[in-house]
Amino acid sequence: MANNNYYDPADLRKFGKITEWSEELGTKFFDYYGKVFEEGALTAREKALIALAVAHTEQCPYCIDAYTKDTLQRGVTKEQMMEAIHVGAAIKSGATLVHGTMMMNKVNKLEM
Amino acid sequence: MPATQTKKSLHKRHDDLAQANKQLEVLSGGIFADGELPTFAKKIKETNQFPLRPKKLEILQINVGYMCNQVCEHCHVDAGPDRKEIMTWETMEQCLEVIKNTGAHTLDLTGGAPEMNPNFRRFVEEASKAGIKDFIVRSNLTIIRANKKYYDLPEFFKKHNVHVVSSMPHWTRGKTDKQRGEGVFDKSIKALQELNAVGYGMPDSDLRLDLVYNPNGAYLPSDQAGMEKDFKKALMEDFGIQFHNLFAITNLPIARFLDYLIASENYEDYMYQLVEAYNPAAVANVMCTNTISISWDGWLYDCDFNQMLDLKVNSKVKHISEYNEDVLNDRNIIISQHCYGCTAGAGSSCQGTVA
Repeated sequence: MANNNYYDPADLRKFGKITEWSEELGTKFFDYYGKVFEEGALTAREKALIALAVAHTEQCPYCIDAYTKDTLQRGVTKEQMMEAIHVGAAIKSGATLVHGTMMMNKVNKLEM
Repeated sequence: MPATQTKKSLHKRHDDLAQANKQLEVLSGGIFADGELPTFAKKIKETNQFPLRPKKLEILQINVGYMCNQVCEHCHVDAGPDRKEIMTWETMEQCLEVIKNTGAHTLDLTGGAPEMNPNFRRFVEEASKAGIKDFIVRSNLTIIRANKKYYDLPEFFKKHNVHVVSSMPHWTRGKTDKQRGEGVFDKSIKALQELNAVGYGMPDSDLRLDLVYNPNGAYLPSDQAGMEKDFKKALMEDFGIQFHNLFAITNLPIARFLDYLIASENYEDYMYQLVEAYNPAAVANVMCTNTISISWDGWLYDCDFNQMLDLKVNSKVKHISEYNEDVLNDRNIIISQHCYGCTAGAGSSCQGTVA
């Protein structure tokens, strides 16, 4: 290993190399990945913003790096980027809190 | 005090990167010297496009001087108020002779702020008589509001049917001022409104007004058409401004943008982005294949970027005083790693995307 960090920004450039150790699956993945981000029913910019939000909920440094740059390139403003992240954060916290109903159900069942 | 007045050019600061050979050293060293990334020559050899050769000459681009009222962070010219390189009337007369006889259909005046050349108006008046189809002046907009003596520029441009191409990095004040200096956005908006008022940029108008967008940092432009839509919507809604086309231009790693890339530790990543986005289809149409660039002192170059790197044309004819279009067109174009900036993605030129 070149250094002692789990994450190295330079590794993002090597993403394509995953194909070298499993060509068929790697190629299929990148074909699929490329296709997903093409202009479709959603614009490429809308997709990039979704990706940026998901990158944060997944807390993937590589994805955050890549989609911050990608959204900037597409002319997305800082305000729009932050709003997208709040959407991700709201779903994350909502997903936590909505499970509170499970806890409430269980309490109600157990208590006399 | 506006930031534009406090900053100095690399030349004025005696910065190493003010020297063309130092910039070329950076561009040939590091990741390109150790083979981590392929040189531009190696890359175009893959698709049999080496050596790069000119096609029919279409555009004469004349840089009438490096003086400018702004000191933009990304400027590849390293222009500013402290630059004293200004084309003389004698050289302009030599240019006029060339303009009268050229086969090019477009004349493109650039700078610095070309309007700051004391003979600018006289030159435009004379050049417009030559019957060139498309006569472009690259105006930074704020010059129109910089001093009373420039207030009538919109009328002057109109009188000579000049095609105005103006830099407008973003439709928001924050992004624009960060790149071009405090107060630039408001002045640019006012200037655009004044151009609109005399008929520039209106949907059916022959008075062409195009804007140039370039990214506000170490990333590439993408989706010129989408950006144009956004610019049109925002400028119309917020200020009632209209324009014709938006050109999305990639920042080339030269002069102040190169300095910024190195200082912000973005240089390697940026070069990776350029190389990864390399598009062989763009190579066929890069602007050096249809342009000759003339410097303030009459030297000839493949493009404005090579001019700033002091890479004169590889031809027996190197100066406007000995100009010969046939001899010039039979040359190999000089390339280095900055050329990746014109071949990334949809390509980039002074006329926007090329692929």
